[in-house]
Amino acid sequence: MNDVSSPVLPDGLVIVVKRECETCRMVVPVIAQLRDSGANVSLYVQDDPTFPDGMDVVHDSDLSVSWHHDIETVPTVMRVKNGVEVERTVGWVRDEWERVTAVSGLGPELPAFRPGCGSLSVDPDLVDQLRVRFGGSVLGARRVDVADLEDEFEAMFDRGWTDGLPVVPPTEQRVMRMLQGTTRAPSDVVAVVPPDLVEVTVEKIAINAVMAGCKPEYLPWVIAGVEAVCNDTFNIHGVLATTMPVGPVIVCNGPGTRAIGMNSGMNVFGQGNRANLTIGRAIQLVIRNVGGGRPGEVDRATHGNPGKISFCFAEDEIGSPWTSLATSRGVAPDTDSLTVFPGEGPRCVVDQLARDPESLTNTFAACLRTLHNPKSVLAFDAIVVMGPEHARVYADAGWDRDRVLEELHARLQIPGDDLVRGAHGIAEGIPERLRGVTLPKFRPGGILLVHAGGGAGLFSAIIGGWANGEVGSQPVTKTVTK
Amino acid sequence: MSLVNTNKTVLLDPTNERRVATMERVGRPESLRGLTVGLLDISKARGDVFIDRLEERLSEMGADVRRYKKPTFTKPAPVDLRHEIATHCQVVIEALAD
Repeated sequence: MNDVSSPVLPDGLVIVVKRECETCRMVVPVIAQLRDSGANVSLYVQDDPTFPDGMDVVHDSDLSVSWHHDIETVPTVMRVKNGVEVERTVGWVRDEWERVTAVSGLGPELPAFRPGCGSLSVDPDLVDQLRVRFGGSVLGARRVDVADLEDEFEAMFDRGWTDGLPVVPPTEQRVMRMLQGTTRAPSDVVAVVPPDLVEVTVEKIAINAVMAGCKPEYLPWVIAGVEAVCNDTFNIHGVLATTMPVGPVIVCNGPGTRAIGMNSGMNVFGQGNRANLTIGRAIQLVIRNVGGGRPGEVDRATHGNPGKISFCFAEDEIGSPWTSLATSRGVAPDTDSLTVFPGEGPRCVVDQLARDPESLTNTFAACLRTLHNPKSVLAFDAIVVMGPEHARVYADAGWDRDRVLEELHARLQIPGDDLVRGAHGIAEGIPERLRGVTLPKFRPGGILLVHAGGGAGLFSAIIGGWANGEVGSQPVTKTVTK
Repeated sequence: MSLVNTNKTVLLDPTNERRVATMERVGRPESLRGLTVGLLDISKARGDVFIDRLEERLSEMGADVRRYKKPTFTKPAPVDLRHEIATHCQVVIEALAD
Protein backbone atom coordinates (compact mmCIF):
# COMPACT_ATOMS: atom_id res chain seq x y z
CA MET A 1 0.00 0.00 0.00
CA ASN A 2 1.32 3.44 -0.77
CA ASP A 3 1.98 5.81 2.04
CA VAL A 4 -0.30 8.71 1.36
CA SER A 5 -0.39 10.24 4.83
CA SER A 6 0.81 13.80 4.92
CA PRO A 7 3.64 14.24 7.44
CA VAL A 8 2.95 16.91 10.08
CA LEU A 9 5.58 19.61 10.34
CA PRO A 10 7.12 20.39 13.73
CA ASP A 11 6.35 23.80 15.22
CA GLY A 12 8.92 26.53 14.86
CA LEU A 13 11.04 27.10 11.77
CA VAL A 14 11.26 24.41 9.13
CA ILE A 15 13.98 24.74 6.50
CA VAL A 16 14.29 22.40 3.50
CA VAL A 17 17.61 22.19 1.65
CA LYS A 18 19.69 19.95 -0.59
CA ARG A 19 23.47 19.76 -0.87
CA GLU A 20 23.38 19.93 -4.63
CA CYS A 21 22.03 23.50 -4.44
CA GLU A 22 24.58 26.27 -4.34
CA THR A 23 22.21 28.67 -2.59
CA CYS A 24 21.54 26.05 0.10
CA ARG A 25 25.28 25.71 0.68
CA MET A 26 25.56 29.48 0.83
CA VAL A 27 22.92 29.82 3.58
CA VAL A 28 24.48 27.22 5.90
CA PRO A 29 26.04 29.97 8.07
CA VAL A 30 22.61 31.63 8.28
CA ILE A 31 21.04 28.39 9.53
CA ALA A 32 23.81 28.12 12.12
CA GLN A 33 23.16 31.75 13.07
CA LEU A 34 19.44 31.00 13.52
CA ARG A 35 20.16 28.01 15.73
CA ASP A 36 22.65 30.04 17.77
CA SER A 37 19.98 32.71 18.25
CA GLY A 38 17.85 30.12 20.02
CA ALA A 39 15.30 29.71 17.22
CA ASN A 40 13.69 26.28 17.05
CA VAL A 41 14.92 25.16 13.63
CA SER A 42 14.02 21.81 12.08
CA LEU A 43 16.24 21.20 9.09
CA TYR A 44 15.18 18.80 6.33
CA VAL A 45 17.66 17.73 3.70
CA GLN A 46 16.53 16.07 0.49
CA ASP A 47 19.65 14.49 -0.95
CA ASP A 48 22.56 14.03 1.46
CA PRO A 49 21.89 13.43 5.17
CA THR A 50 25.48 14.48 6.00
CA PHE A 51 24.71 17.99 4.78
CA PRO A 52 25.23 20.53 6.29
CA ASP A 53 28.34 19.11 7.95
CA GLY A 54 27.93 18.58 11.67
CA MET A 55 24.30 19.75 11.81
CA ASP A 56 21.33 17.90 13.15
CA VAL A 57 19.06 17.18 10.17
CA VAL A 58 16.07 15.08 9.16
CA HIS A 59 16.66 13.20 5.91
CA ASP A 60 13.56 13.54 3.71
CA SER A 61 14.67 10.33 2.04
CA ASP A 62 11.40 9.49 0.29
CA LEU A 63 10.65 13.18 -0.27
CA SER A 64 7.31 12.81 1.46
CA VAL A 65 7.75 16.03 3.46
CA SER A 66 8.77 17.90 0.34
CA TRP A 67 5.96 16.39 -1.75
CA HIS A 68 3.16 16.90 0.72
CA HIS A 69 4.20 20.43 1.62
CA ASP A 70 4.61 21.50 -2.00
CA ILE A 71 8.28 22.36 -1.79
CA GLU A 72 9.15 23.57 -5.28
CA THR A 73 12.35 25.48 -4.48
CA VAL A 74 15.20 24.97 -2.05
CA PRO A 75 15.98 26.46 0.29
CA THR A 76 12.43 26.91 1.61
CA VAL A 77 11.86 28.43 5.03
CA MET A 78 8.49 27.96 6.73
CA ARG A 79 7.15 29.12 10.04
CA VAL A 80 4.88 26.47 11.56
CA LYS A 81 2.41 27.07 14.35
CA ASN A 82 0.34 24.26 15.87
CA GLY A 83 1.32 22.02 12.97
CA VAL A 84 0.14 24.54 10.38
CA GLU A 85 2.38 26.52 8.07
CA VAL A 86 1.77 30.23 8.58
CA GLU A 87 4.55 31.78 6.50
CA ARG A 88 7.04 30.75 3.83
CA THR A 89 9.89 32.14 1.76
CA VAL A 90 12.00 30.48 -0.91
CA GLY A 91 15.54 31.02 -2.12
CA TRP A 92 17.60 33.55 -0.24
CA VAL A 93 16.07 36.99 0.24
CA ARG A 94 17.49 38.46 3.44
CA ASP A 95 14.46 40.64 4.22
CA GLU A 96 12.11 37.73 3.71
CA TRP A 97 14.18 35.35 5.86
CA GLU A 98 14.27 37.99 8.60
CA ARG A 99 10.52 38.48 8.37
CA VAL A 100 9.65 34.76 8.45
CA THR A 101 12.19 33.87 11.16
CA ALA A 102 11.71 37.08 13.14
CA VAL A 103 15.50 37.18 13.55
CA SER A 104 17.35 40.23 12.25
CA GLY A 105 20.88 40.71 10.98
CA LEU A 106 20.94 37.43 9.09
CA GLY A 107 23.90 36.60 6.84
CA PRO A 108 25.50 40.03 6.89
CA GLU A 109 28.29 38.85 4.62
CA LEU A 110 25.86 37.44 1.99
CA PRO A 111 24.32 39.28 -0.93
CA ALA A 112 20.79 40.50 -0.25
CA PHE A 113 19.25 38.12 -2.76
CA ARG A 114 19.99 34.85 -4.46
CA PRO A 115 17.48 32.61 -6.19
CA GLY A 116 17.11 29.05 -4.99
CA CYS A 117 17.18 25.77 -6.93
CA GLY A 118 14.51 23.31 -7.96
CA SER A 119 13.33 20.96 -5.23
CA LEU A 120 14.06 17.26 -5.83
CA SER A 121 10.34 16.63 -5.37
CA VAL A 122 9.63 18.46 -8.65
CA ASP A 123 12.55 16.93 -10.54
CA PRO A 124 11.10 15.74 -13.87
CA ASP A 125 12.92 12.43 -13.46
CA LEU A 126 11.27 11.75 -10.11
CA VAL A 127 7.91 13.47 -10.21
CA ASP A 128 6.03 10.61 -11.88
CA GLN A 129 7.27 8.12 -9.29
CA LEU A 130 6.35 10.47 -6.48
CA ARG A 131 2.87 11.05 -7.88
CA VAL A 132 2.30 7.31 -7.82
CA ARG A 133 3.90 6.87 -4.41
CA PHE A 134 1.86 9.56 -2.74
CA GLY A 135 -1.22 9.76 -4.98
CA GLY A 136 -1.52 6.24 -6.40
CA SER A 137 -4.31 5.20 -4.13
CA VAL A 138 -6.74 7.37 -6.10
CA LEU A 139 -6.64 4.75 -8.84
CA GLY A 140 -9.14 1.97 -8.55
CA ALA A 141 -8.23 -0.24 -11.51
CA ARG A 142 -7.19 -3.80 -10.88
CA ARG A 143 -3.40 -4.21 -10.80
CA VAL A 144 -2.06 -6.79 -13.20
CA ASP A 145 1.39 -8.14 -12.39
CA VAL A 146 3.59 -8.98 -15.31
CA ALA A 147 6.18 -11.62 -14.49
CA ASP A 148 9.84 -10.66 -14.71
CA LEU A 149 10.37 -13.07 -17.56
CA GLU A 150 7.21 -12.04 -19.40
CA ASP A 151 7.40 -9.45 -22.18
CA GLU A 152 4.84 -6.81 -21.20
CA PHE A 153 3.98 -6.01 -24.81
CA GLU A 154 3.23 -9.65 -25.55
CA ALA A 155 1.33 -9.91 -22.27
CA MET A 156 -1.00 -7.15 -23.41
CA PHE A 157 -1.58 -8.84 -26.76
CA ASP A 158 -2.28 -12.10 -24.92
CA ARG A 159 -4.89 -10.43 -22.77
CA GLY A 160 -6.69 -9.05 -25.81
CA TRP A 161 -6.15 -5.42 -24.84
CA THR A 162 -4.84 -4.17 -28.16
CA ASP A 163 -6.24 -3.23 -31.54
CA GLY A 164 -3.64 -5.36 -33.27
CA LEU A 165 -0.82 -2.85 -32.83
CA PRO A 166 1.43 -2.74 -29.78
CA VAL A 167 0.20 -0.52 -26.97
CA VAL A 168 2.12 1.46 -24.36
CA PRO A 169 2.11 -0.39 -21.01
CA PRO A 170 -0.35 1.45 -18.72
CA THR A 171 1.74 1.65 -15.56
CA GLU A 172 0.61 3.68 -12.58
CA GLN A 173 3.23 6.30 -13.32
CA ARG A 174 2.04 6.79 -16.86
CA VAL A 175 -1.63 6.80 -15.90
CA MET A 176 -1.08 9.31 -13.10
CA ARG A 177 0.82 11.52 -15.54
CA MET A 178 -2.00 11.16 -18.07
CA LEU A 179 -4.51 12.27 -15.43
CA GLN A 180 -2.63 15.56 -15.13
CA GLY A 181 -4.24 16.41 -18.47
CA THR A 182 -7.67 16.86 -16.96
CA THR A 183 -9.18 18.61 -13.96
CA ARG A 184 -11.76 15.83 -13.65
CA ALA A 185 -11.49 13.33 -10.83
CA PRO A 186 -10.30 9.85 -11.84
CA SER A 187 -13.48 8.34 -10.43
CA ASP A 188 -15.82 10.59 -12.47
CA VAL A 189 -18.13 8.56 -14.67
CA VAL A 190 -17.97 9.89 -18.24
CA ALA A 191 -20.35 7.64 -20.14
CA VAL A 192 -21.97 4.23 -20.40
CA VAL A 193 -20.09 2.35 -23.09
CA PRO A 194 -21.82 -0.04 -25.51
CA PRO A 195 -22.07 -2.81 -26.32
CA ASP A 196 -21.69 -4.12 -22.76
CA LEU A 197 -23.19 -0.90 -21.36
CA VAL A 198 -20.53 -0.39 -18.72
CA GLU A 199 -19.86 2.90 -16.95
CA VAL A 200 -16.47 4.30 -17.89
CA THR A 201 -14.51 6.52 -15.52
CA VAL A 202 -11.91 9.16 -16.30
CA GLU A 203 -9.36 6.71 -14.92
CA LYS A 204 -10.26 3.93 -17.37
CA ILE A 205 -10.17 6.42 -20.23
CA ALA A 206 -6.74 7.59 -19.05
CA ILE A 207 -5.48 3.99 -18.97
CA ASN A 208 -6.60 3.43 -22.54
CA ALA A 209 -5.20 6.83 -23.58
CA VAL A 210 -1.81 5.79 -22.22
CA MET A 211 -2.04 2.57 -24.19
CA ALA A 212 -2.96 4.46 -27.37
CA GLY A 213 0.14 6.65 -26.98
CA CYS A 214 -1.59 9.91 -26.01
CA LYS A 215 0.07 12.80 -24.22
CA PRO A 216 -1.74 14.15 -21.15
CA GLU A 217 -2.87 17.25 -23.04
CA TYR A 218 -4.82 15.03 -25.43
CA LEU A 219 -6.89 13.48 -22.64
CA PRO A 220 -9.70 16.09 -22.65
CA TRP A 221 -10.19 15.36 -26.36
CA VAL A 222 -10.39 11.64 -25.71
CA ILE A 223 -12.90 12.18 -22.90
CA ALA A 224 -15.04 14.41 -25.13
CA GLY A 225 -14.82 11.81 -27.90
CA VAL A 226 -16.00 9.03 -25.61
CA GLU A 227 -18.90 11.23 -24.48
CA ALA A 228 -19.72 12.04 -28.09
CA VAL A 229 -19.98 8.44 -29.30
CA CYS A 230 -21.57 6.81 -26.25
CA ASN A 231 -25.17 7.95 -26.51
CA ASP A 232 -28.32 7.00 -28.35
CA THR A 233 -27.87 9.77 -30.93
CA PHE A 234 -24.50 8.64 -32.24
CA ASN A 235 -25.32 5.01 -31.41
CA ILE A 236 -21.84 3.52 -31.29
CA HIS A 237 -23.50 0.15 -30.65
CA GLY A 238 -24.92 0.15 -34.15
CA VAL A 239 -21.83 1.73 -35.72
CA LEU A 240 -19.81 -1.08 -34.20
CA ALA A 241 -22.20 -3.92 -34.88
CA THR A 242 -22.99 -3.12 -38.49
CA THR A 243 -21.63 -5.15 -41.38
CA MET A 244 -20.83 -1.84 -43.12
CA PRO A 245 -17.24 -0.53 -43.03
CA VAL A 246 -17.73 2.42 -40.69
CA GLY A 247 -16.27 3.72 -37.47
CA PRO A 248 -16.24 7.02 -35.61
CA VAL A 249 -14.61 9.76 -37.67
CA ILE A 250 -13.58 12.56 -35.34
CA VAL A 251 -13.31 16.12 -36.63
CA CYS A 252 -11.67 18.49 -34.14
CA ASN A 253 -12.12 22.25 -34.02
CA GLY A 254 -10.82 25.16 -32.01
CA PRO A 255 -7.52 26.71 -30.94
CA GLY A 256 -6.77 23.67 -28.78
CA THR A 257 -6.22 21.59 -31.91
CA ARG A 258 -3.27 23.83 -32.73
CA ALA A 259 -2.07 23.93 -29.13
CA ILE A 260 -1.72 20.14 -29.06
CA GLY A 261 -0.21 20.04 -32.53
CA MET A 262 -2.99 18.32 -34.46
CA ASN A 263 -2.66 18.06 -38.20
CA SER A 264 -5.20 19.81 -40.40
CA GLY A 265 -2.94 20.19 -43.42
CA MET A 266 -0.72 18.03 -45.56
CA ASN A 267 -1.47 14.29 -45.26
CA VAL A 268 -4.30 15.14 -42.88
CA PHE A 269 -5.75 11.60 -42.82
CA GLY A 270 -2.36 9.93 -42.99
CA GLN A 271 0.43 8.82 -40.78
CA GLY A 272 2.85 10.94 -38.82
CA ASN A 273 0.85 13.04 -36.38
CA ARG A 274 0.72 11.76 -32.84
CA ALA A 275 -2.33 13.71 -31.67
CA ASN A 276 -4.49 12.80 -34.66
CA LEU A 277 -3.60 9.14 -34.48
CA THR A 278 -3.65 8.54 -30.77
CA ILE A 279 -6.82 10.46 -29.85
CA GLY A 280 -8.87 8.43 -32.31
CA ARG A 281 -7.11 5.25 -31.25
CA ALA A 282 -7.77 5.87 -27.56
CA ILE A 283 -11.50 6.27 -28.17
CA GLN A 284 -11.54 2.98 -30.08
CA LEU A 285 -9.57 1.24 -27.32
CA VAL A 286 -12.17 2.41 -24.78
CA ILE A 287 -14.91 0.89 -26.94
CA ARG A 288 -12.92 -2.34 -27.16
CA ASN A 289 -11.64 -2.70 -23.63
CA VAL A 290 -14.36 -1.08 -21.55
CA GLY A 291 -17.36 -1.54 -23.85
CA GLY A 292 -16.35 -5.02 -24.95
CA GLY A 293 -16.75 -4.14 -28.63
CA ARG A 294 -14.41 -6.44 -30.50
CA PRO A 295 -14.24 -7.54 -34.14
CA GLY A 296 -15.78 -10.94 -34.68
CA GLU A 297 -17.95 -10.51 -31.60
CA VAL A 298 -20.37 -7.57 -31.62
CA ASP A 299 -18.34 -5.92 -34.42
CA ARG A 300 -19.59 -7.74 -37.51
CA ALA A 301 -18.06 -5.59 -40.26
CA THR A 302 -17.77 -7.30 -43.62
CA HIS A 303 -14.62 -5.37 -44.51
CA GLY A 304 -14.15 -2.67 -41.89
CA ASN A 305 -11.68 0.03 -42.80
CA PRO A 306 -8.22 1.11 -41.60
CA GLY A 307 -9.82 4.14 -39.93
CA LYS A 308 -11.31 1.83 -37.34
CA ILE A 309 -7.91 1.93 -35.66
CA SER A 310 -8.07 5.72 -35.65
CA PHE A 311 -9.68 8.32 -37.85
CA CYS A 312 -9.27 11.72 -36.27
CA PHE A 313 -8.18 15.05 -37.70
CA ALA A 314 -8.48 18.79 -37.23
CA GLU A 315 -10.20 21.27 -39.49
CA ASP A 316 -7.88 23.87 -41.03
CA GLU A 317 -9.66 26.91 -39.63
CA ILE A 318 -6.87 29.43 -40.14
CA GLY A 319 -6.69 28.85 -43.88
CA SER A 320 -10.41 28.36 -44.40
CA PRO A 321 -12.49 30.87 -46.33
CA TRP A 322 -15.50 29.68 -44.36
CA THR A 323 -16.78 29.41 -40.84
CA SER A 324 -15.87 26.08 -39.29
CA LEU A 325 -17.85 22.88 -39.12
CA ALA A 326 -18.15 23.39 -35.35
CA THR A 327 -19.56 26.90 -35.79
CA SER A 328 -22.08 25.58 -38.29
CA ARG A 329 -23.16 23.12 -35.61
CA GLY A 330 -23.72 25.80 -32.99
CA VAL A 331 -20.37 25.90 -31.19
CA ALA A 332 -19.13 29.40 -30.28
CA PRO A 333 -16.08 30.53 -32.26
CA ASP A 334 -12.67 29.79 -30.71
CA THR A 335 -14.15 27.04 -28.57
CA ASP A 336 -12.57 23.60 -28.57
CA SER A 337 -14.95 20.91 -29.74
CA LEU A 338 -15.12 17.73 -31.70
CA THR A 339 -17.73 16.25 -34.00
CA VAL A 340 -18.12 12.52 -34.43
CA PHE A 341 -19.45 11.03 -37.65
CA PRO A 342 -20.02 7.38 -38.53
CA GLY A 343 -17.77 7.16 -41.56
CA GLU A 344 -16.04 4.86 -43.97
CA GLY A 345 -12.59 5.55 -45.41
CA PRO A 346 -12.01 8.74 -47.41
CA ARG A 347 -12.18 8.74 -51.21
CA CYS A 348 -10.51 11.29 -53.41
CA VAL A 349 -12.30 13.88 -55.56
CA VAL A 350 -10.09 14.96 -58.44
CA ASP A 351 -10.82 18.11 -60.44
CA GLN A 352 -7.78 19.92 -61.73
CA LEU A 353 -9.45 22.02 -64.39
CA ALA A 354 -12.38 23.75 -62.72
CA ARG A 355 -11.70 27.43 -62.17
CA ASP A 356 -15.31 28.44 -61.57
CA PRO A 357 -17.52 27.28 -58.71
CA GLU A 358 -20.30 25.91 -60.92
CA SER A 359 -18.00 23.49 -62.70
CA LEU A 360 -16.36 22.38 -59.46
CA THR A 361 -19.73 21.89 -57.79
CA ASN A 362 -20.81 19.71 -60.70
CA THR A 363 -17.81 17.49 -60.04
CA PHE A 364 -18.56 17.22 -56.33
CA ALA A 365 -22.21 16.44 -57.02
CA ALA A 366 -21.31 13.74 -59.55
CA CYS A 367 -18.91 12.12 -57.10
CA LEU A 368 -21.32 12.38 -54.17
CA ARG A 369 -24.05 10.86 -56.32
CA THR A 370 -22.17 7.55 -56.39
CA LEU A 371 -21.85 7.29 -52.63
CA HIS A 372 -22.51 3.69 -51.53
CA ASN A 373 -24.58 3.15 -54.66
CA PRO A 374 -25.57 5.68 -57.34
CA LYS A 375 -29.15 4.57 -56.74
CA SER A 376 -29.20 4.95 -52.97
CA VAL A 377 -30.90 8.10 -51.70
CA LEU A 378 -31.51 9.70 -48.31
CA ALA A 379 -30.05 6.79 -46.38
CA PHE A 380 -26.54 8.08 -45.78
CA ASP A 381 -24.83 11.36 -44.86
CA ALA A 382 -21.36 12.41 -46.01
CA ILE A 383 -18.50 14.67 -45.05
CA VAL A 384 -16.94 16.68 -47.83
CA VAL A 385 -13.38 17.53 -46.83
CA MET A 386 -12.54 20.40 -49.13
CA GLY A 387 -8.87 20.80 -49.98
CA PRO A 388 -7.48 24.35 -49.85
CA GLU A 389 -6.98 24.61 -53.60
CA HIS A 390 -10.58 23.68 -54.28
CA ALA A 391 -11.82 25.95 -51.50
CA ARG A 392 -9.97 28.85 -53.12
CA VAL A 393 -12.12 28.51 -56.25
CA TYR A 394 -15.18 29.09 -54.07
CA ALA A 395 -13.52 31.83 -52.05
CA ASP A 396 -12.54 33.72 -55.21
CA ALA A 397 -16.13 33.53 -56.39
CA GLY A 398 -17.48 34.68 -53.02
CA TRP A 399 -19.39 31.49 -52.22
CA ASP A 400 -19.80 31.00 -48.51
CA ARG A 401 -20.42 27.68 -46.73
CA ASP A 402 -24.20 27.90 -47.09
CA ARG A 403 -23.97 28.68 -50.78
CA VAL A 404 -21.69 25.71 -51.46
CA LEU A 405 -24.01 23.34 -49.64
CA GLU A 406 -27.12 24.81 -51.25
CA GLU A 407 -25.66 24.40 -54.74
CA LEU A 408 -24.56 20.85 -53.97
CA HIS A 409 -27.98 19.82 -52.72
CA ALA A 410 -29.59 21.47 -55.77
CA ARG A 411 -27.49 19.29 -58.06
CA LEU A 412 -28.32 16.11 -56.15
CA GLN A 413 -32.05 15.95 -56.83
CA ILE A 414 -32.56 12.68 -58.68
CA PRO A 415 -35.57 11.55 -60.73
CA GLY A 416 -37.18 8.42 -59.30
CA ASP A 417 -37.11 6.87 -62.78
CA ASP A 418 -33.32 6.60 -62.42
CA LEU A 419 -33.57 5.13 -58.94
CA VAL A 420 -36.21 2.43 -59.03
CA ARG A 421 -35.25 -1.19 -58.75
CA GLY A 422 -34.01 -2.50 -62.07
CA ALA A 423 -33.41 0.92 -63.66
CA HIS A 424 -30.13 1.12 -65.61
CA GLY A 425 -29.82 -2.65 -65.33
CA ILE A 426 -29.19 -2.49 -61.58
CA ALA A 427 -31.42 -4.50 -59.27
CA GLU A 428 -30.64 -2.27 -56.31
CA GLY A 429 -32.95 0.71 -55.99
CA ILE A 430 -36.06 2.21 -54.49
CA PRO A 431 -39.59 0.75 -54.77
CA GLU A 432 -41.33 1.02 -58.13
CA ARG A 433 -44.09 3.19 -56.64
CA LEU A 434 -41.57 6.05 -56.34
CA ARG A 435 -41.07 6.26 -60.08
CA GLY A 436 -41.89 9.80 -61.16
CA VAL A 437 -40.94 11.30 -57.79
CA THR A 438 -37.75 13.38 -57.51
CA LEU A 439 -35.67 12.47 -54.49
CA PRO A 440 -32.61 14.12 -52.95
CA LYS A 441 -29.44 12.07 -52.56
CA PHE A 442 -28.95 13.61 -49.12
CA ARG A 443 -31.35 14.64 -46.41
CA PRO A 444 -31.25 18.34 -45.40
CA GLY A 445 -28.06 18.83 -43.39
CA GLY A 446 -26.77 15.49 -44.63
CA ILE A 447 -23.59 16.96 -46.11
CA LEU A 448 -21.01 18.17 -43.60
CA LEU A 449 -18.41 20.54 -45.02
CA VAL A 450 -14.90 20.64 -43.55
CA HIS A 451 -11.80 22.50 -44.77
CA ALA A 452 -8.59 20.50 -44.47
CA GLY A 453 -5.65 19.19 -46.41
CA GLY A 454 -2.31 20.28 -47.83
CA GLY A 455 -1.80 23.51 -49.74
CA ALA A 456 -0.92 21.85 -53.02
CA GLY A 457 -3.26 19.61 -55.01
CA LEU A 458 -6.62 20.26 -56.61
CA PHE A 459 -8.14 17.43 -54.62
CA SER A 460 -10.74 16.98 -51.94
CA ALA A 461 -12.16 13.99 -50.12
CA ILE A 462 -15.53 12.48 -49.40
CA ILE A 463 -16.20 10.38 -46.32
CA GLY A 464 -19.34 8.33 -46.71
CA GLY A 465 -21.61 7.71 -43.74
CA TRP A 466 -23.83 5.01 -42.34
CA ALA A 467 -27.58 4.59 -41.74
CA ASN A 468 -28.59 8.11 -40.77
CA GLY A 469 -31.26 9.79 -38.70
CA GLU A 470 -33.01 8.44 -35.66
CA VAL A 471 -32.96 4.86 -36.89
CA GLY A 472 -29.18 4.87 -37.24
CA SER A 473 -26.51 7.32 -36.24
CA GLN A 474 -26.38 11.09 -36.25
CA PRO A 475 -23.29 13.29 -35.97
CA VAL A 476 -22.71 14.57 -32.43
CA THR A 477 -20.69 17.63 -31.43
CA LYS A 478 -19.22 18.07 -27.94
CA THR A 479 -17.17 20.87 -26.50
CA VAL A 480 -13.80 19.93 -25.03
CA THR A 481 -12.96 21.17 -21.57
CA LYS A 482 -9.88 20.52 -19.51
CA MET B 1 17.26 7.77 -2.22
CA SER B 2 14.87 4.92 -1.69
CA LEU B 3 13.10 5.48 -4.98
CA VAL B 4 14.59 2.61 -6.92
CA ASN B 5 12.17 0.78 -9.20
CA THR B 6 12.01 -2.96 -9.06
CA ASN B 7 11.98 -4.84 -12.35
CA LYS B 8 8.43 -6.03 -11.90
CA THR B 9 5.94 -4.28 -14.14
CA VAL B 10 2.50 -3.64 -12.74
CA LEU B 11 -0.14 -2.66 -15.27
CA LEU B 12 -3.53 -1.12 -14.69
CA ASP B 13 -6.37 -3.16 -16.15
CA PRO B 14 -7.87 -1.23 -19.10
CA THR B 15 -10.99 -3.39 -19.27
CA ASN B 16 -14.32 -3.09 -17.49
CA GLU B 17 -13.22 -5.83 -15.05
CA ARG B 18 -16.68 -7.26 -15.28
CA ARG B 19 -17.30 -10.90 -14.58
CA VAL B 20 -20.02 -12.05 -16.87
CA ALA B 21 -22.72 -14.02 -15.12
CA THR B 22 -23.49 -17.21 -16.98
CA MET B 23 -27.12 -18.23 -17.11
CA GLU B 24 -28.31 -21.68 -17.91
CA ARG B 25 -30.58 -22.05 -20.89
CA VAL B 26 -34.07 -23.36 -20.30
CA GLY B 27 -34.59 -26.88 -21.56
CA ARG B 28 -35.61 -27.41 -25.16
CA PRO B 29 -39.39 -28.02 -25.34
CA GLU B 30 -40.53 -31.42 -26.59
CA SER B 31 -43.08 -29.76 -28.82
CA LEU B 32 -44.19 -26.23 -29.66
CA ARG B 33 -47.86 -27.20 -29.49
CA GLY B 34 -49.67 -24.86 -27.13
CA LEU B 35 -46.56 -22.78 -26.41
CA THR B 36 -46.39 -19.07 -27.02
CA VAL B 37 -43.69 -18.36 -29.57
CA GLY B 38 -42.49 -14.78 -30.05
CA LEU B 39 -41.16 -13.74 -33.43
CA LEU B 40 -38.96 -10.67 -33.19
CA ASP B 41 -38.56 -8.71 -36.39
CA ILE B 42 -35.43 -6.58 -36.11
CA SER B 43 -36.75 -4.15 -38.75
CA LYS B 44 -34.30 -5.05 -41.44
CA ALA B 45 -35.53 -4.95 -45.01
CA ARG B 46 -37.34 -8.17 -46.03
CA GLY B 47 -36.94 -9.75 -42.62
CA ASP B 48 -40.74 -9.81 -42.57
CA VAL B 49 -40.77 -12.17 -45.57
CA PHE B 50 -38.92 -14.76 -43.55
CA ILE B 51 -40.91 -14.14 -40.39
CA ASP B 52 -44.25 -14.36 -42.21
CA ARG B 53 -43.30 -17.83 -43.40
CA LEU B 54 -42.12 -18.84 -39.96
CA GLU B 55 -45.43 -17.71 -38.50
CA GLU B 56 -47.30 -19.89 -40.98
CA ARG B 57 -45.22 -22.94 -40.21
CA LEU B 58 -45.30 -22.47 -36.45
CA SER B 59 -49.06 -21.92 -36.41
CA GLU B 60 -49.48 -25.16 -38.34
CA MET B 61 -47.49 -26.86 -35.59
CA GLY B 62 -49.97 -25.61 -33.01
CA ALA B 63 -47.91 -22.77 -31.55
CA ASP B 64 -49.50 -19.57 -30.39
CA VAL B 65 -47.44 -17.05 -32.36
CA ARG B 66 -46.95 -13.46 -31.34
CA ARG B 67 -45.16 -10.89 -33.45
CA TYR B 68 -42.79 -8.24 -32.11
CA LYS B 69 -40.72 -5.62 -33.86
CA LYS B 70 -37.71 -3.56 -32.88
CA PRO B 71 -38.01 0.15 -33.77
CA THR B 72 -34.69 -0.03 -35.65
CA PHE B 73 -32.22 -2.77 -36.45
CA THR B 74 -29.31 -0.49 -35.54
CA LYS B 75 -30.04 -0.43 -31.82
CA PRO B 76 -30.67 -3.08 -29.18
CA ALA B 77 -34.31 -3.93 -28.49
CA PRO B 78 -35.77 -1.49 -25.92
CA VAL B 79 -35.96 -2.90 -22.41
CA ASP B 80 -39.77 -2.71 -22.31
CA LEU B 81 -40.01 -4.82 -25.45
CA ARG B 82 -37.60 -7.39 -24.04
CA HIS B 83 -39.63 -7.53 -20.86
CA GLU B 84 -42.87 -7.96 -22.76
CA ILE B 85 -41.45 -10.84 -24.78
CA ALA B 86 -39.99 -12.51 -21.69
CA THR B 87 -43.30 -12.19 -19.88
CA HIS B 88 -45.51 -13.52 -22.66
CA CYS B 89 -43.46 -16.10 -24.50
CA GLN B 90 -41.92 -19.46 -23.73
CA VAL B 91 -39.88 -19.43 -26.93
CA VAL B 92 -38.53 -16.56 -29.00
CA ILE B 93 -37.06 -16.47 -32.47
CA GLU B 94 -35.10 -13.42 -33.51
CA ALA B 95 -34.70 -13.16 -37.24
CA LEU B 96 -31.90 -11.34 -38.97
CA ALA B 97 -32.19 -10.81 -42.67
CA ASP B 98 -30.59 -8.73 -45.37
